[in-house]
Parts: sequence; structure tokens; C-alpha cells
Amino acid sequence: MVALLFLPAAAMAAAPTQSFLQPMSATAQEQSAHLMRVIAVTMIVILPVLIGVPLILWRYRLRGAKAKYTPEWDYSGKLEWVLWGVPVLVIIVLAAWLWSFTSRLDPYEPVGQEPLQVQAIGLDWKWVFIYPEEGIATVDELALPVGRPVELTLTTDTVMQSMLIAPLTGQIYAMPGMTTKLNFAATRTGTAEGENTQFNGDSFGRQKFMVKALQPGQYAAWLSAVRDAPVLDDATYRVLRRRSVLAGARTDLGLSKQAIPIYFSAPDRSLFDRIVAKYQLSGDSSAVPALGGTGLPPKGGVSSR
Amino acid sequence: MTEQTSLIFGNLDWNVTPYTDLLLNPNSSTIIGAGAATILVLGAIGAVALLSWKRWWGPLFRIWLSSADAKKIGIMYIVLALIMLARGVIEGFVMRAHQATALGTLASEENGLIAPDHFAQLFSTHGTIMIFFVAMPLLIGLINFVLPQQLGARDMAFPVLNQVSLGMTAAGAALVMISLLIGKFGTGGWTMYPPYTGIDYSLGEGVDYWLWAIAISGVGSTLTGMNFAVTIFKKRAPGMHFMRMPLFCWTSLCVAIMLIYAMPALTVSSAMLLLDRYAGFHFFTNAAGGNMMNYANIFWMFGHPEVYILILPAFGVFSEISSTFSGKKLYGYTSLVIASMSIAVISFTVWLHHFFTMGQSSSVNIAFGIATMIIGVPTGVKIYDWMATMWRGRIRVTAPIVYLVGFFILFVIGGLSGIILANPSIDYQVHNSTFLVAHFHNVIIPGVLYGMLAGIHYWFPKAFGFRLSETWGRRTAYLFVGGFLFTFMPLYVLGLMGLPRRSPTFQNPDFMPLMYIAAFGGCLMLCALTSLFFTFWTSWRNRIQLAVPGGDPWNGSSLEWSSPAPVPEWNFPRIPKVRARDDWGATKRAGDPWKAPSSYVDIEMPANTYFGVILAAAAFMLGFAMIWHIWWLSIAGLLTIVGSIFWRGMRVIEPHVVPAAQVEREDRRFREQVAALTPVARIDEETERNRGVPDLTEFAG
Repeated sequence: MVALLFLPAAAMAAAPTQSFLQPMSATAQEQSAHLMRVIAVTMIVILPVLIGVPLILWRYRLRGAKAKYTPEWDYSGKLEWVLWGVPVLVIIVLAAWLWSFTSRLDPYEPVGQEPLQVQAIGLDWKWVFIYPEEGIATVDELALPVGRPVELTLTTDTVMQSMLIAPLTGQIYAMPGMTTKLNFAATRTGTAEGENTQFNGDSFGRQKFMVKALQPGQYAAWLSAVRDAPVLDDATYRVLRRRSVLAGARTDLGLSKQAIPIYFSAPDRSLFDRIVAKYQLSGDSSAVPALGGTGLPPKGGVSSR
Repeated sequence: MTEQTSLIFGNLDWNVTPYTDLLLNPNSSTIIGAGAATILVLGAIGAVALLSWKRWWGPLFRIWLSSADAKKIGIMYIVLALIMLARGVIEGFVMRAHQATALGTLASEENGLIAPDHFAQLFSTHGTIMIFFVAMPLLIGLINFVLPQQLGARDMAFPVLNQVSLGMTAAGAALVMISLLIGKFGTGGWTMYPPYTGIDYSLGEGVDYWLWAIAISGVGSTLTGMNFAVTIFKKRAPGMHFMRMPLFCWTSLCVAIMLIYAMPALTVSSAMLLLDRYAGFHFFTNAAGGNMMNYANIFWMFGHPEVYILILPAFGVFSEISSTFSGKKLYGYTSLVIASMSIAVISFTVWLHHFFTMGQSSSVNIAFGIATMIIGVPTGVKIYDWMATMWRGRIRVTAPIVYLVGFFILFVIGGLSGIILANPSIDYQVHNSTFLVAHFHNVIIPGVLYGMLAGIHYWFPKAFGFRLSETWGRRTAYLFVGGFLFTFMPLYVLGLMGLPRRSPTFQNPDFMPLMYIAAFGGCLMLCALTSLFFTFWTSWRNRIQLAVPGGDPWNGSSLEWSSPAPVPEWNFPRIPKVRARDDWGATKRAGDPWKAPSSYVDIEMPANTYFGVILAAAAFMLGFAMIWHIWWLSIAGLLTIVGSIFWRGMRVIEPHVVPAAQVEREDRRFREQVAALTPVARIDEETERNRGVPDLTEFAG
């Protein structure tokens, strides 16, 4: 509560949006509204402390106090009912809300018909997005048409990560050999920043990606532009899997060394599933060499130095 | 596995110190690293020099390290914790200073005061130290010192085991300390989640430092839990029914039971990760049938109860001081007992809230979210009970009361953010952000640190015979409260704005003002730490004026205040017969409390032994050798441990007998002294007139 009062005005205006308090989806909208409600109701039990403690301290101080002194008083049945009863009632209300919002905002539940399928692969320290139906892939850019539900399926080809696109949806972990899901739909156009929130090494702080919520027309234009890009094959993927940030991956691929997204066309439709599957084989970290194994990849992004 | 470099030295060579990094690549990060190592070396040299110059080696071993006296062990725990606290606070400050300089762009190379890998080691050691080697030793130390006295006992149920527990904790702390100088610490945070910390992704000694430190000290904590529990069940003075125990004993009982159930989970998860790393097992990698979720699951089975292990003793302290310094009976004793036990039990049912966002179903999240919020009820009741205790009291605003009030105000804000985080739908947004960091500091600093410092201030005269300076005690408390506000309130906002925790860099310039405020808060915390040590120093210099030989400087009501300060090894000349809750207060109200016992008997106390010291040294040797793959030394360490247990087990050990005549002599001297001292009214409690004998015409609370 105290915290919210100090949100700098500049943060509200700056792009890209990075907080769920500037929602771009119904999910984030409900999450921020729920936050405010929880704060408001919890105040019923917190305000008496914040107000009562200074008053008690002043009124019953040893020096100069003329207030009543009851050293033997140590129990009151009525007071016990209040002390236990009020917090219990507050928790009952909160629990009911918790129940309804947790089921309603379950990221596994589709938010509409025929969601756009996107697969996300977490790498050190970038994200690969595959649009299997559209035949494209990107690194560190996720474009979406406003209004259309999205079903994001996640895994990683490295350690555990957690993907958060705060203005659109909450985070979910991605783990090697397993898949998790996020469902959401953008309600307005804009640019949001997505990030990994689970520490995974030196360049963790730069593992960010842009999410563009576009009008359907703009989205179609974006798609056709990306379709012109080179093909994402296993060899290219092995280069991407090296440990590097976006700019480093670009140098490894012979592109300009800037922190701008990389586009690919026609990815192998089975790529995502093969990456999940390679962790379900043997214990040998060199398994599936075509996709770069499962162990620590070599450090990438160094060719330009 | 790394290449074996030497049969004799394992993976150790001259290039593992931060000085090599400094020479190869001099920058602010390596300077700070080498500086920290230098402070450690100079500190060690200084300690050795001081001990030699003052000829303290003999007393150190004879009186302290070989002692099985719970009070001395408790004090040593607290000294260990304060040393580790100094490192932990400085690390926290360096992290805040780094983040205030860490604004970058997505295209730029890494920036800021320290390198990302260095920053990652800092947040890992900071968390590990603060939880396992500050909070835990503080509370275990305080319980060791206070519990037997409050129960009317002479010592713990297993005094030598107690020494072993301290030894194991110290060995673990020493491993974390030595990682400053030799090699690197792990970078996986204090939770060390695999697969990041598995051998594929974290080669080398870093994670092993954490694992061995945790495994070794974890054994100590498990044994401590058993020791506390048996002590409370078996060593209470006659008449000390459960419902007559002071609240601090109750929370100690909760802690004991929780330690017994929770610590093994940590030991198991550490052992499994060790097997993954050393022996090629696959508990926590997906390949070959393992699953990384299992680690999170087992770790938090320990980790969540641990939070309440940390906080419950502080609740015990707050119960004691709210009553004593208000000159009033504790309000709602039964409520507080029920609330403490409820917290202890429910805390085992909520651990999944640490991974709401790992993909389990919403119904699982709902169940654990609600269970988490339910803990808020007994916790809230406790705070109201303490407020009711102070209501219509006569409150002296001593340093412990400043901590208590700081706790009241800050802890409810921490509770609020806890309730927020307990909602899975919101947790999806703020989990892993600095909002979470602010939340757990918001409960642990006011809850644990303030509680323990209040407790130290409160019982210090009982341990050393003189009070701590109230002026400096209060200044320290104000600095800790102010430092907390400036450091952590900005982190709440930053978390809501989208800053993940453990971030070595960020790109949003809007974060900067808040980063500067947090760094300023870090400065205040450093000042608070300095002020804390200065309080001890200045009080020691004024120990004559502050002496309280009467032993009851606060007009207390539990048994420990009936004995002299400093309290003798045997606590009580005769085991007291307890007739009431707050027995000492009742005795004082009945009049003539300092009446000498009619007769004295010989007292058997545990004999001094070096068993714990030997085990600690051997455990440190084993851990260090395993970390560096020095196999022969590992075997030597293990054989020493097994051999010394065998050796001690095979011998009949005679207790140390204190003759009745000596007990009588010292006890009579104490009673004569009390009779000669002038009783002090509460209003003069802070003055030099307070010699530890309260004015009995005032109510004893």
C-alpha cells in the first residue's frame, strides 16, 4: 500500500510496459484489481495495530502517565472472541476470493476459442519463440494480434527459468524435459517487456524480450516480413543454444551486433518436441548432438571480441 | 567432473584465491573480492595476536571451548552469529551499492560495481549466512542460554551433545567463511535449485561449499532440536507444569519439534544433490528418470517450517519483554500457547506456496494458498495479545521495547505482503521479484533480528553481570528500524514495477531513484551494525557502573531473574519448587523472595570435554577435503569423526562435582549482597542506581 503511492509517474508513461499495474490484458487487469482488494480488506486487521501501538505507547508510558494501571489483568473472554474472530472472518473472505480468482486466472485454462499457438524455448540468455502454424520463429520478440487468445507452451534447453510478461500474464516456470503453459489475450495494442525471473547465470539481467500487441492488420504484415527470413535448422539452433545474450547470438550468426530480435522462417515443426524429448533419454549430457546435447553449452557471442 | 590435478592437494592450487583474479583483471569487482579476503586474513591474524598477547588461549580452551555449560554454549553461538552478521550486513550493503550502479542497456556489456558472477556469489552467501549462520545460531544460542534457567533446570538434557551441535554449526560457518579466501561460492542463491547447481551447469567447488556447510550444520541443528525437546519434556523443575512454562519455553518447544521434523528434509535434499554432483546420480535432472521439481519439493518441506523456526523464538522474546517492561501480566497466555502451536503445525502444510508458479494445478494452489493465509490468524492474535499486555500497563521505553514497537509496525506490513503473496493469482506476478525479497526481509528482520537483539539486550546482564547501555541500545534499534524502511520499502515498489530478484543489471532508468534510496538504507544498516558493536564496547567499558549483581534488573517474573548476575554454572543452589506461572514474580509478591535454602547439596555438572571441538575440526576437515576432492584428507576426517565418537562412547566419564560447601559459600555471599543493595524503583531503572534488586512494593508483572 505504502509502496503504490510512490510509483513514479514516469514509470506509467515509459515504454515498454513492464508492470502488471499497467495491464494490457484482462488477466493482468484482474490480478492488479485483486491486489488492491486484498490490501483493502487486510487493512481491517492491520490498521488497529498501526494506530493502536503508538497510542498505547503514549498513554501507558511509565513517565508522566496518569492512565489506569491493571497489572493483574490477563484475560477477557469478550476480547478473545474479537481477537480470534475478526482475523478468522477476514481470512474467510480472502480465502473465498483466493479460491475464485485462482481458478479463474489459472494460466492453463484457455481464455478463448482457437488460441494462437506459440512455443517458447528458454536458453541462456534468450528466448526462442516458434509459431508452428505460421511457419516462423523469432528470438526475443513475441508479436500477437490484439483480441486473439494465445496459448504459450514453454520449455527450456538449459536450466530452470521462469517467464513473466507482467502486463499480459503472470509467470510460469519452464523446465528442461517438461512443458508448462500460459494462456492470455491482449486487450490493447502496445509493447510489453517480458523477462526471465529465475536466476540462471551471468547475463540473467539481460534476458528480456519484447512483446508487441498489434492490430490484426499490422500482425499480418509482421508475419509476412518474418517469413522472408532465413530458415531455422538444427545447425542454426546449435548456434543459438550457445551461452550468449541476443547481441552475442547475432554476431555468432553473422548478423549485426545489436540487441534487436532475430527472425527465422520455416522452422522444423518438431523442433520444440525434440528439445523436450532429448532430456528424457539417457543421463549422458552429450545425448542428441544434433541439437547441442543437454549439458552446459559453449560460451557464445565471443567471435567479435 | 573436473580433472583431478593432484593426489595430495586435490583441485587446490595457488590460483584459487581472489588475488589471482585481482592480478589478472584489476577492477572494482576483483578489488572488492580481494579486499574481503584480506579482511578475513587480517581478522584471523588479529584474533590470534590478541589471544596470544592477552594470554587468552588457555582460558579460551579451558573455560569456553571445552565447556558443556548451556549458557556458555549459548553465548558462543551468539558470538558466532554476530561475526557472521557483520559479514552478512556488509554483503547486503555491497549488493545495494552494486544495484545502484547497475543500470545498463540490452546491448551493453555488463556493468556496475561488481561482476555478475561476483554479485551472484554475494546473494548466495548473504542468504545462506543470514538464514543458517546468523538467524539460527542467534536463536539457538538464546534458547541455550535462557531455556534451562526458565525451566528451573541446571543444564540441557544432553550437555555434551549440545557442544557437538555448536561444533557442527561452527564448522559449517567456517566453510562459508573460508570460501572468501579459497575458491568461489556457489551462485544458485540460498536455495541452490538444480539443475543450475547440478554438475553439468555448476562445475567446481562453489555449490559444494554450500552443500557441505549446510549438511554439516544441519546435523548440528537436528541434534539441537532433540536436545531442546528432551530438555523441556524431562528437565522442568518440580511444579513446572506445561501451562506454567514461560512463553519463551513454549516457543522453544515448538522450535525443537519443528527442527526435528524439518531439518532432515534439508539434509536429504543436500545429500541427494551431493550424490548427483559427486556420484553421477540423477535425482534432480530429467534424464534417467530424475526430476528437478523433487528438489524444490523436498527443500521447501524444510524451508517453510524453517521460516517459523526462525520467528517463533522471537515471538517468545516479545512475550517476555512486553510483559516485563509493561509491569504487567502477559495477556492471553493460553491464546499465545495455542497460537504458537498452531503456527508450528500449520507451517508444515504450506510449503507448496514457494512454487505456485511451477505448473501445478490451480486446485493445489488454492489449497496451499488458503493454508498459508490461515497462519495469519494466530500470528495476528499474538500481536493483539502483546498489545493487550501493554494496554493499561506502565511501559518503560527501553531498547527491547523500541525493537518491539518497530516489530509491531513493520511486521504487520510484512504480514500484509505475505497475505498478498499467498494469493496464487497475484503470486504469478510478483514471485521471484524484489517484492518477494522485500517481503521476506520484512518478516525476518523485524521478526527474527529485532527479536533476537531485544532478547540479547534483555538477558545480557544475566550472562555478564552488567546491563548494556540503554542510550546506545536505543540508537542501534532506531538505526535498524530506519535502515530497514529505507532499504526494503523501495524494493516492494521495484518488484511491482517488474524488477526480478538477483538481477545483476537492469535497463529501466525509472528504477534509479528507488535504487539510490535502497542504497542509502544499506548505509543506515551498516551504521546500525557499527552501533550494535559499539554498544557492547561502551557498555563493557562502563561495566562497573552498569553492574547488576542483584540479578533482577528489570523486575522480571520468570525463574532466571532469581539468580545472581552473572549466573553461576549450576543456575540454582537448589532446584526450585514451582508454585505458579511466573513463579519468581509470585514469590516476590509473597514477600522475602531472597530467602536462603535450608540446606545445600553437592551438585553434579557435566565435566569439560574437547569432544565437540575435535568433531568440529574433523567435520570441517571432511567438508573442506570433499569440496576440493582431496580424498585422503576426507578419509582422515571421516575416520577422526567415527574414531572420536567410538572413543568417547567407550569411556566412563565422571561428572564434575561442585561441593555443597562451595555452593553454600557463593549463595550466601549473593544473598548478603542483595540485602545490602538498595532496591530500585522502575522509574530509575536506567540509572546507575539499578544494581539488580527491584523495589518490591511495585508489582512484579
